[in-house]
Amino acid sequence: MRVERIKRKRCDLPSEKIADISLLDSIIEKYNGKRGIMIPVLQETQAAYGYIPREAFEILSEKLGLKLNDMYGVATFYAQFRLAPVGKHIIKVCHGTACHVQNAGTITDALTEALKIEDGETTGDRLFTLESVACLGCCSLAPVMMISNETYGKLTGKEAVKVIKEIKLKESEFSI
Amino acid sequence: MGTTKVIVGLGSCGIAAGAGKVYEKIRAVKEAENLDFKLSKTSCVGMCYREPLVEIIDDSGQYLYGEINEEKIVDIMNTHIVNNNPLKEYLVYTDLYDTPDKKFFESQVKIALRNCGMIDPENIKEYESRGGYSALKNIVSEDISSQEIIREVLNSGLRGRGGGGFLTGMKWKFTSNNQSSEKYVVCNADEGDPGAFMDRSLLEGDPHSVLEGMIIAAIAVGASEGVIYCRAEYPLALKRLDIAIRDARENGYLGTDILGKQGFNFDINIKEGAGAFVCGEETALIASVEGERGMPRRRPPFPAQSGLWKKPTNINNVETYANIPWIMQNGADEYSKHGTEKSKGTKVFALAGKIRHGGLVEVPMGVSIKDIVYKLGGGIPHDRSFKAVQLGGPSGGCIPAYLSDTLVDYESVNATGAIMGSGGLVVMDESTCMVDIARFFLDFTRKESCGKCTFCRIGTKRMLEILVRITEGEGEDGDIGKLEELAYQIKDSSLCGLGQTAPNPVLTTIKYFRAEYEAHIEQKKCPSKVCKKLITYEVNDHTCTGCTVCARNCPVNAISGERKKVHFIDQDICIRCGICYNKCKFDAIMLS
Repeated sequence: MRVERIKRKRCDLPSEKIADISLLDSIIEKYNGKRGIMIPVLQETQAAYGYIPREAFEILSEKLGLKLNDMYGVATFYAQFRLAPVGKHIIKVCHGTACHVQNAGTITDALTEALKIEDGETTGDRLFTLESVACLGCCSLAPVMMISNETYGKLTGKEAVKVIKEIKLKESEFSI
Repeated sequence: MGTTKVIVGLGSCGIAAGAGKVYEKIRAVKEAENLDFKLSKTSCVGMCYREPLVEIIDDSGQYLYGEINEEKIVDIMNTHIVNNNPLKEYLVYTDLYDTPDKKFFESQVKIALRNCGMIDPENIKEYESRGGYSALKNIVSEDISSQEIIREVLNSGLRGRGGGGFLTGMKWKFTSNNQSSEKYVVCNADEGDPGAFMDRSLLEGDPHSVLEGMIIAAIAVGASEGVIYCRAEYPLALKRLDIAIRDARENGYLGTDILGKQGFNFDINIKEGAGAFVCGEETALIASVEGERGMPRRRPPFPAQSGLWKKPTNINNVETYANIPWIMQNGADEYSKHGTEKSKGTKVFALAGKIRHGGLVEVPMGVSIKDIVYKLGGGIPHDRSFKAVQLGGPSGGCIPAYLSDTLVDYESVNATGAIMGSGGLVVMDESTCMVDIARFFLDFTRKESCGKCTFCRIGTKRMLEILVRITEGEGEDGDIGKLEELAYQIKDSSLCGLGQTAPNPVLTTIKYFRAEYEAHIEQKKCPSKVCKKLITYEVNDHTCTGCTVCARNCPVNAISGERKKVHFIDQDICIRCGICYNKCKFDAIMLS
């Protein structure tokens, strides 16, 4: 039921101010006065900030004449939209039919164990967000996960954890 | 040597398997050694189980190499390209002699997939060189009327490949008959069925065939605007569609006065989906394009009367459109030669699950399930026994192995309780628990239910609760009856296809695998040893050699033991993932 999405997201809706409001200008200019713009506007906002900040809702509503409740309704209906900031790397573990019969559950289990977060959550250092997705369409490579548009196929739990560790290592080298 | 071509398969699954790196390697070696050949890329030929694939075409013939990595490709380039000696070791297919994989291609008839894996999808000239856009050119130059086009499509017997199976020509006729100055042609590329990737491969491999199909549909129904609604989860398909639309505009196939025909204006825009399975339903898709929550609307009025922006709209699926140019070019009779009396032509299937040769296949309608699984799919790996196929995703059902002589056409598949669906075919073996599969699908449809109809919204949740109980060993007498009762109520009282078909996975598994449900409920046992609450993993004291493989592979460190001594699994930590069971070479992990 899509109602569940609202409950989960409402409680952790952050009220922090967004850093750069000007990112919205080009979106407003591009879509102002057109019809059927709701979803692309939200998609581009999310592309700019990684999620849809509360403040962005308010600005877009005012400038584009979209009703806030319609915007919130759409944003919570579709799985793609996020109302809270996410980690730098989004780990999408495929739970399609093919992956399910090839034990995708163990991938998620191993990752929740390694990252110490539940499905749908973000790590404390905001490096990773763990998500389950319906199908990535790479069924013959099942089980599959996707991290930042890179797909990893024919995984085991151990291998999935190894990938995460490698990314973590790279990130720490990066910051030094 | 100058005519040698090296083609790398760069579809999503190829790239996931490492084809991108192979492509770069070839380019680097080519430059470093100054080799003379043409390097190009294509998309998926359907042989996903052998990815990454590299094809070399030279004067002597065509050679397809499989499971290539950066080392193997250097070998191949040395022996095949430099020394002109094909490397048989890595060869999976050639037109010169038999290879074990030849069977995979033999029983296929490629119409929708005619160009997939044959052309560079980002190059419109390659599409044109294989007859692309000639159907459209012919329609324009011969001034073929919309009535004639519709008659041809009707005669071909083509039915909607998205799952509904409605006659495409009929749909076109309805939209065409409705008078309006504004009409739309929509392509449904919101391939949401988990386990299906036909449309992704088509869009990635041959986007122009879909565009040409839509343009022809626009002439037939009198539309001037087109929309492709594509999943955002398919970034490569979106990118290639974008390129294809741009090139089609530049070459005069889209825009105003198309191909010089005065007053024939048509353009296509892409709308990215935002992740909602229900948007595959045509009225929900329309709501989504209009910027609303993707909730289905009541029919009638059908989209052909009042669709997008309340104007007559023709909606077809990706594969349906891809068939159109071929039909217009080769004629309806040629198309209807394939298939059965009521299901004409071919159908693309995405083979996945417990099968040796997973991939994309296109077969004439009326082939048996057995042939698809064994002849094309190569059977079940690890010598396990074939249990069932799941057809049609969350709206479909499981067809048991003993019905594998069932012919794949709309009527025969429907008779089993499954549906043809969009063509996802997931194979299951003895290690798949059918109650767990039913639970999996119900979990999916429950999450994806838009919430509009009460029975779909709450009924699927109640069914899921019962199924979860059963898989956790808490099943009660009468649960099966309750599931069936709820199933029929949901089917009868839901507005759209999602709710009307959501109970199918449960109904078909009860119908064909009732004993498994009973084993879970009465004996609290999972015969396939899948349901985690009903199984435990233990080490067999007699066969354990203390090799430490299980302990090293355990993701939660639940296994302890010294080298060369019997190991022990801590049941409190064990998450029952089964990795130790699969990794043990001495069969020392017991499942009970």
